[in-house]
Amino acid sequence: MKRHLFRLLLGTALVALLGSASAQTVRVGLAEDPDMLDPDLGRTYVGRIVFASMCDKLFEITPDLEIFPQLASGYEVADDGLSITIDVRPGVVFHDGTPLDADAVKYNLERSKNLPGSNRASELAQVDAVTVVDDDTVRLDLSEPFAPLIALLADRSGMMISPAAAEELGEDFARSPVCAGPFQFVERVAQDRITLERFEDYWDADAIAIDAVEFLPIPDTSVRLANLQSGDLQIIERAAPTDLGIIRDDPDLTLPSAASLGYQGITINIANPEQRDDPMATDPRVREAFELAIDRTVINDVVFGGEFIVGNQAVPPSSPWYVDDYPIAERDVERARALLDEAGYDRVAFELMVANNPQSVQLGEVVQALAGEAGFDVTVRATEFATALDLWEQGDYDAFQVGWSGRLDPDGNIHSFQTCEGNLNEHGVCDEETSRLLNEARVTSGFEARYELYEEAAMRYLPNRHVIYLYHQQLFFPHTASMQGFDAYPDGIIRFQGVTVD
Amino acid sequence: MLPFVVQRVLTAIPTLAIVTVMVFGIQRSLPGDPAVILAGEEQDPQVIAFIREKYRLDEPVPVQYVAWLGQLARGDLGVSMRTGEPVTSLILTKLPVTVQLSLLSILVAILVAIPAGVIAATRKNTGWDVAGTVVALSGLSIPNFWLGIMLILFVSVQLGWLPASGYVPFFEDPVDNLRRMIMPAIVLGTGLAAVLMRQMRSSMLEVLSQDFVRTATAKGASGWTTIVRHAMRNALIPVVTILGLQLGTLLSGAVLTEQVFTIPGFGKLIVDAVFNRDYAVVQGVVLFTATAYIVINLAVDVLYALLDPRISGGRA
Repeated sequence: MKRHLFRLLLGTALVALLGSASAQTVRVGLAEDPDMLDPDLGRTYVGRIVFASMCDKLFEITPDLEIFPQLASGYEVADDGLSITIDVRPGVVFHDGTPLDADAVKYNLERSKNLPGSNRASELAQVDAVTVVDDDTVRLDLSEPFAPLIALLADRSGMMISPAAAEELGEDFARSPVCAGPFQFVERVAQDRITLERFEDYWDADAIAIDAVEFLPIPDTSVRLANLQSGDLQIIERAAPTDLGIIRDDPDLTLPSAASLGYQGITINIANPEQRDDPMATDPRVREAFELAIDRTVINDVVFGGEFIVGNQAVPPSSPWYVDDYPIAERDVERARALLDEAGYDRVAFELMVANNPQSVQLGEVVQALAGEAGFDVTVRATEFATALDLWEQGDYDAFQVGWSGRLDPDGNIHSFQTCEGNLNEHGVCDEETSRLLNEARVTSGFEARYELYEEAAMRYLPNRHVIYLYHQQLFFPHTASMQGFDAYPDGIIRFQGVTVD
Repeated sequence: MLPFVVQRVLTAIPTLAIVTVMVFGIQRSLPGDPAVILAGEEQDPQVIAFIREKYRLDEPVPVQYVAWLGQLARGDLGVSMRTGEPVTSLILTKLPVTVQLSLLSILVAILVAIPAGVIAATRKNTGWDVAGTVVALSGLSIPNFWLGIMLILFVSVQLGWLPASGYVPFFEDPVDNLRRMIMPAIVLGTGLAAVLMRQMRSSMLEVLSQDFVRTATAKGASGWTTIVRHAMRNALIPVVTILGLQLGTLLSGAVLTEQVFTIPGFGKLIVDAVFNRDYAVVQGVVLFTATAYIVINLAVDVLYALLDPRISGGRA
């Protein structure tokens, strides 16, 4: 009898061990653990993915990058461009039940500007004052017209948090954030999970069909995929191009994707050339020879299985902001050699710093092989990312394979890198005219007028080749076939509006 | 006895002091600026300046060190620069995870190694013995992370028997917890099992050749009674010693295993903190580990002294 009982217990335990069930919860595999869950302090891309489920914004985008009002219900830009009036959507409440009104919007924009350490302050630098016109209307007064502002309010700068919670929690807000999005914060276990549950009083409740979302950071791409295949996750971000074959062959998986707003390229350090005695830094002909020596299509085919998009500008060729008059150069080894000759060099040696992951190293090696044929001796220096950032900040590198995750407005992809005073201009480029054009593009409104300015600037900075743009990622979001209604967005953010799970 | 304990506690203090200096100094001699890493893609100079000021990164290292010691004196390990969570609560949530993983992998190792070692020894030079040795050697030479990924692909993806990775606290859902911990425990336990099995085999062989075993057999005890009652008990002593020595290896192995299976334990905590240059977390974790090590050693010494009075200073 005892033995039977034991067997029965063992059997039950096994069944319990092997079976699993979870209803209407979508589990998302992230490539990293997000940082602070406070829209004003958040700095990571994975953090933006979590915010998208938790914190609605004044404006939102469609998969085709059209901007439309979300927590706003409309807006109007004054003729002189110096003020923007925003209508606040009536009847919206935060997760703590407090109302989202004009006062709350004012509080949020001021907090983004003034909170010590706010990563949003520079985005809202042109906003001088926020005035509450009435309960449902605010007016933003600007120091100068600023075309990218609405696009920025469609990202973290436009996320609204509960003023009551922010005041009460202070520095601890990031540990239990309160916003006005479709899901509310439940708990976070560092490096393990972030759990959100459906917010019943969500203003757009009809768009949400799932009960809960769990974000799990799983850095290893194969393990992330294995979890998806085993059904433990419903969707993952950043699937590796090398895994796409497996995903396409799996009948239980679907593979939506979108072209990223960002870019990847090689940044050449042209600062302090005398100290470094580096022909790559001193002579634009040498940089041109280098660009002619490499073949973007080969890089894409060899390293990324041809899945990414080759490019030569800060925006992908499909973007309306792409400058058609500056097409991708074909590989031309003879011309490259001739240029080196003209510049008076037989061979040119330099070090290419890459992140120490297999894909970046492989990219470095393909560049090394291609450029080698034209007379470049490239040393690939695989560097741990924190160290690489440090060397980049100190200007202690020849060339760095680095990219940018991309922003909705072209200003976000170009201004900080190409203007003399740009935050991210560590490579030491400064052309007053380019700066002037890019600054003017900020205060100009209308696509045509802005495009002309960006085009003119591009024709100045692109031929200088201090950034050699290589490719744009295609962002893949494989998910289980049981999940339906999901759209991939070019900003790489996962949105659950309209998503259902069987 | 008391003077002995006092003396040992006093010697522990300079050891800890050296640990604090080392962990603080080594951290800061690494390339990579936490403020730059934390500032993310945008690299806003004002944000970088703010982070430097907030975490006192702009002050001279000795000043930062003294400030940290002051914090420690108040029992405060600081907060993670990345997520704002207190280091103490991070340690307290992560530690049980790694302890559970280690205990389970020891269990796996013992369950495999002891019987295998005994069989290999009693059937010396037969197919069983050779098979055991081959398995043990493979266990030692297969890298943890490879075995882990293979198990995930086979057991979770192909067969769909167990979740591929992740963690659920034991007291929240014991069944799910074990489902998720089985594979990591097997992976981590494999290397240990191999070491223990080899040790078990050789010490079994040694014991089996001793006089008392022959006496037991001569007195008519059956084969298995001799092996289990007499030989195995004696052969286990060196195995237990080896097990103790392997605990350190186990903890470092847990770092890799936790990475593969995404288990939010101590190993993953420190690895991620090092990559993010999250100074307070690295310092806190290393200091905690060192203190635990010293305290355990102290306890063991005291225990020895209690058991054998000669150790505590020859007053016996």
